[in-house]
Amino acid sequence: MSTQLAAYTTSTGEAFQFWVLGTVAVIGALCTVFMKKAVHSALCLAGTMIILAIFYLANGAYFLGIVQIVVYTGAIMMLFLFVVMLVGVTAADSLKETIKGQRWLALVCGVGFGVLLFAGIGNASLKEFDGTGQANANGNVEGLASLIFTKYVFAFEITGALLITAAVGAMVLTHRERTERARTQRELAEQRVREGKHVPPLPAPGVYARHNAVDIAGLLPDGTPSELTVNKTLRERGQIRDVSAEALGDLRALEQRSEERLERTEIEPTTFKRPEEASK
Amino acid sequence: MENLIALLIAAPLLGAAVLLVGGRRLDAVGQWIGTLLSAASFVFGLILFADLLGKNAEHRTLTQHLWTWISVGSFQADVTFRLDQLSMTFVLLITGVGSLIHLYSVGYMEHDERRRRFFGYLNLFLAAMLLLVLADNYLLLYVGWEGVGLASYLLIGFWQHKPSAATAAKKAFLVNRVGDMGLSIAIMLMFTTFGSFAFGPVFSHAGDASEGKLTAIGLMLLLAACGKSAQVPLQSWLGDAMEGPTPVSALIHAATMVTAGVYLIVRSAAIFNLAPDAQLAVTVVGAVTLLFGAIVGCAKDDIKKALAGSTMSQIGYMILAAGLGPIGYVFAIMHLVTHGFFKAGLFLGAGSVMHGMNDEVDMRRYGGLRKYMPVTFITFGLGYLAIIGFPFLSGFFSKDAIIEAAFAKGGTQGWILGGAALLGAAITAFYMTRVMLMTFFGEKRWQPDENGNEPHPHESPKVMTIPMVLLAFGSVFAGGLFSIGDRFLNWLEPVTGHSEGHSPISAATVTGATMVCLVIGVGIAWAQYGRKPVPAVAPRGSLLTRAARRDLLQDDFNHVVLVRGGEHLTRSLVYVDHTLVDGVVNGTAAGFGGLSGRLRRVQNGFARSYAVSMFGGAALLVAATLLMRAV
Amino acid sequence: MNPVNYLYLAALLFTIGATGVLIRRNAIVVFMCIELMLNACNLAFVVFSRMHGNLDGQIIAFFTMVVAAAEVVVGLAIIVSLFRTRHSASVDDASLMKL
Repeated sequence: MSTQLAAYTTSTGEAFQFWVLGTVAVIGALCTVFMKKAVHSALCLAGTMIILAIFYLANGAYFLGIVQIVVYTGAIMMLFLFVVMLVGVTAADSLKETIKGQRWLALVCGVGFGVLLFAGIGNASLKEFDGTGQANANGNVEGLASLIFTKYVFAFEITGALLITAAVGAMVLTHRERTERARTQRELAEQRVREGKHVPPLPAPGVYARHNAVDIAGLLPDGTPSELTVNKTLRERGQIRDVSAEALGDLRALEQRSEERLERTEIEPTTFKRPEEASK
Repeated sequence: MENLIALLIAAPLLGAAVLLVGGRRLDAVGQWIGTLLSAASFVFGLILFADLLGKNAEHRTLTQHLWTWISVGSFQADVTFRLDQLSMTFVLLITGVGSLIHLYSVGYMEHDERRRRFFGYLNLFLAAMLLLVLADNYLLLYVGWEGVGLASYLLIGFWQHKPSAATAAKKAFLVNRVGDMGLSIAIMLMFTTFGSFAFGPVFSHAGDASEGKLTAIGLMLLLAACGKSAQVPLQSWLGDAMEGPTPVSALIHAATMVTAGVYLIVRSAAIFNLAPDAQLAVTVVGAVTLLFGAIVGCAKDDIKKALAGSTMSQIGYMILAAGLGPIGYVFAIMHLVTHGFFKAGLFLGAGSVMHGMNDEVDMRRYGGLRKYMPVTFITFGLGYLAIIGFPFLSGFFSKDAIIEAAFAKGGTQGWILGGAALLGAAITAFYMTRVMLMTFFGEKRWQPDENGNEPHPHESPKVMTIPMVLLAFGSVFAGGLFSIGDRFLNWLEPVTGHSEGHSPISAATVTGATMVCLVIGVGIAWAQYGRKPVPAVAPRGSLLTRAARRDLLQDDFNHVVLVRGGEHLTRSLVYVDHTLVDGVVNGTAAGFGGLSGRLRRVQNGFARSYAVSMFGGAALLVAATLLMRAV
Repeated sequence: MNPVNYLYLAALLFTIGATGVLIRRNAIVVFMCIELMLNACNLAFVVFSRMHGNLDGQIIAFFTMVVAAAEVVVGLAIIVSLFRTRHSASVDDASLMKL
């Protein structure tokens, strides 16, 4: 009775696990889609994948469960995070749609496709579940190995070739051949002198010691920030913090405090206006 | 002896090639080369004639096979010549009259710079005409038929610097195309009916074909004959063809080429004999044309156009006779030959008069010329007497025979056709007497030409008068030579066959009636143009006269019916093309343009849009799979 | 609980991933959504394996993972080189047939 039942249903523990972790997995998937920042999406996806690994284990695919964690969550998702860092970790996407009707079409197609899949699964009479007990009798890894190296050996070899090709391809795509000799320090210095601008080294960021960080632009004598002072990568990502206005505000506050200390009459409000946020 | 047949054609063809290709260095002797080769052809003709006369009547058909021209499956066309009594008659007429006219042209074209070319064209014409009459199948005949059309075109438009000549040449060519179409359709019909278009198989199998098909072939042949022989309704080109030099009018548009239609019908006798409806059509065309041409001839003041009307009328007689069947074939050819003599003589006489009168053609500016050009007067007068049928001259015998044959057709048709022929004889007498009186009698009405040169009429040189004299001999004696002892009848009968009809009235009565008609016609003409002075400016005249001056409105008819009709047809076709055809095409194009303009927006370049369509497609596939499972 | 529910979950995840591919413009996120779809398929394969009581489904899932790894490697390389030339990782920016 119980063995027959096992074919139809699962244990209560597994059901509980499914409903709890399944909900989390769906939430994780939704977050992957709807998070503004790519790094958040990646983390949510990693969570979903770990849950999927647990589901693999629950379904008797022990080897795959471990591989899922090690390869997918461990390697592939880390690769994702790596690229996200490279491309712009904090650059947030606008979720505003730019193609007319794209969102509606996507939703209609998605919902329609989902409904169809559900209908298909519901229609299929999937009552008989043999369970993997017999197949895993000699151990899951051994079972897989005997299949991979006998029945699927050609596919296995070909996927190996595919992986090699992909690795070479990735190298070709990202590698840039240096077409000219790298210029020496001396040549660069001579070029700077010849061009006549920025003869000295570029100014350092974070002047006015309060804000000493690489992402803060140094201020020029007239109080405007100088883009030259920050790293080029940060400039391109738009990750420069502008503190020029803060400095003026601080100056005004300082003047006001000294007025109060010296008990002078209130002077006219300064013509200094707090400038609008410059870059954002 | 058969091998001489090809030489008949080769001689003038060689002349044409030499003269047309030879260039200016032959300018001095070109006319003599042309004349010599034409005469050589005549000599070959005489030799062959003598040979034929030496044989029995049954063996007088010579054939010469040169080479197989086209051989595609059952479509077999040979270059084979056939010389029988009918062809022989034509050969002698063409080369004989042709040689005389070549000789005449030597004098007539003496001052023309391009006369070498003229003689080249004349020789080309001779070669084509000989090919036409010697061909042993219809396709080869068609080549000759087109060849004479080409030569006619070139010679009518010989003075191409005159717009009227160029237009006339074009007109002749276009009208002839209509007839040529008839001949080509007839040849196609023959091929589908008999599987051949050689004379032998076609004539021997004519009895096997249905009468409907024979009638169709006959009508198409009649159309061809109408075009080439200027019969109603394709008659309009002949009057304008007089724009060509006068020797051309004499040779091509009087004596030979225009009679090709008669030859075609007589040659196709085997077909027409079995198609009475087609024969009736032939007689009707002949009768209508003989009156039409005669009426036109009465009203023309241009001497050549008056003679052209006469030519049309006389060929009408021949066509009428040819349509009568075996009763008339021989007489049609006999009239053809005698007409070749006297009409060529008349044209040469007219040319001689023009030659002496600064190329004036208006008879109202002639008058009293008999004293100034006696030879021309006498030869022209003999031709005149021959054509009106003066007793015992050529025309008397041949025309009388045709009128008798027309009555002999019997029944109402016989009376009508015979009556028309008699009436035509009277009108012929009238208009020819008119020409004669206006040209050679009365007082002088000469006027200076546009350059102010007073005409000084003088007799033409010997080289021109000798051919005229020889043709006058032919005009006088040919008829008698042919008729007395039925020589011509016996000569031609093996080819064309002959039967005596049952005339409701006796031959003597017909002759008498013809004489009466002749006297009436001459009398009226004398009353109008002999007794009273001829006005130098044409009077307004009656309605019929005015219509006849305009060729009985033939051009107006063609213009209204064909030109206007064609214009309306093309205009409506253009309208249909613009609205319907273009509408469909442009509408389709515009529809696809609009559709693609809308479809283009789908191709926005965004990968995500394409992904949506892919995903939608995948959803549809899933739906289709489920549906198939459900079903 | 019937194990079929795993299949429903896989279908749901797949649909979410597909919709994400259509909605997001950041190429990296699009790639993640594709990974999500692949994982949903893998889950289905594993469940089928359980259903039929043999290991072929797991083998297919294994191969899917290998192919996905290869795909990620190449895809991310493409994204990186794209970013280098355009300074953008938006898939909509590459809407013309030229740079």
